[in-house]
Amino acid sequence: MAARTQKLITVVCESMLEADLTREIVSLGAAGYTVIDARGLGSHGMRSGAWGKEGNIQLEILCDEPVGQKIIDHLKRNYDKDYGLLIFSSDVERHSA
Amino acid sequence: MLPRPRGVEAGWRRGKSVTFEPVVLFFLLGLAGGLMKTDTKLPGALYDTLSIFLLLAIGLKGGVELAKQPVGSVLFNGLLIVLAGAATPLVAFPVLRKLGRLSRPDAASIAAHYGSVSVVTFSVGVTFLSRAQLDYEGFMIVFLVLLEMPALVIGVLLARYGVGEVRWGKLLHEVLLGKSIFLLSGGLIIGYIAGPGGIKPLDLLYFDLFKGVLALFLLEMGLVASSRLADLKTYGPFLVGFAVIMPLVLGAGGAVMGWALGLSVGSTVLLSTLYASASYIAAPAAMRIAVPEANPALSIGASLGVTFPFNIFIGIPVYHWMAETIHRIGG
Repeated sequence: MAARTQKLITVVCESMLEADLTREIVSLGAAGYTVIDARGLGSHGMRSGAWGKEGNIQLEILCDEPVGQKIIDHLKRNYDKDYGLLIFSSDVERHSA
Repeated sequence: MLPRPRGVEAGWRRGKSVTFEPVVLFFLLGLAGGLMKTDTKLPGALYDTLSIFLLLAIGLKGGVELAKQPVGSVLFNGLLIVLAGAATPLVAFPVLRKLGRLSRPDAASIAAHYGSVSVVTFSVGVTFLSRAQLDYEGFMIVFLVLLEMPALVIGVLLARYGVGEVRWGKLLHEVLLGKSIFLLSGGLIIGYIAGPGGIKPLDLLYFDLFKGVLALFLLEMGLVASSRLADLKTYGPFLVGFAVIMPLVLGAGGAVMGWALGLSVGSTVLLSTLYASASYIAAPAAMRIAVPEANPALSIGASLGVTFPFNIFIGIPVYHWMAETIHRIGG
């Protein structure tokens, strides 16, 4: 099967947003997602992940461009102001079905 | 009223704090470990396990006590106790707004943290009482469950009054079906059904090991608090002062209330401890959802960085003294 170009959207945010974000991205058309526990330093200071309340997650979504744009617009509109998400995307080659 | 153990009274008369509870030293150990940047770190999964254990153990303990005592007139007293707890943010909010000049969401969020309660502070209170050989009524644990939520709702109302909407469904789900209320109530019900005899096989795990697990939990709280201490400068002296004075005022209120409602000295200490404690587990999660524009560093910094250590080292012995004094004077 030939590789297909898709968008990989990566979101880094507070782990308490996980339940909401995952539900919403699926309803916006994403076929799936991957959640990884994360820690690190950013414009919101050090997120050590040492404490449940201080944890971060990295959320990855592989989808076609229109769905990706919908997800990015939705996250920026509803979460960016108060939760300060880190959102970035890139073109990737999808090799599996 | 319950008989007071003579040894404890005599100790207090001699001015010795015979009731110092060494388990709180683990908090200092964690604090020191964090400040000295040792590589001490409890894995997140262990933290979750420990908190599940503490919640279940406290719930079971309360359920067993409830099974031993008639619940009787608790209902009316309970209503007063919960109403007073729910009103706490209404006292804290104007102070934070007027004296502290904090923004509306910040003041409301901090007020909600101080109106809600801390399970770990309560647990330290329970260990303190057992060391002081003071009994308490089992229904105090019911109040631990009941006092967690109302202040959070009042806090959200304060933040949102006239400005913006509230996602009530989400907030109530978070608050009512959050881990703490769910497990505390579950433990309470199981303990009540099982009774002292039925719970015997579980004693070894839930009651005998309680203090050891609490010690580990306090170690972790010390580590977390150490990462918050650096923020102290940014809170300013007002918030630090608030985090010390507010629990004393609320604790005194609890002592008066406990005495007026005819609670034993031990239960009065626990009621003061409940009123004086500030939530740093349930409240931050609920406030982050319902009042996202509030700065969580302020409320968690004050409740966990200042009020929690203040309560376990100084507050609880002071509330004990308050309870003893008011029961002695008031009879």
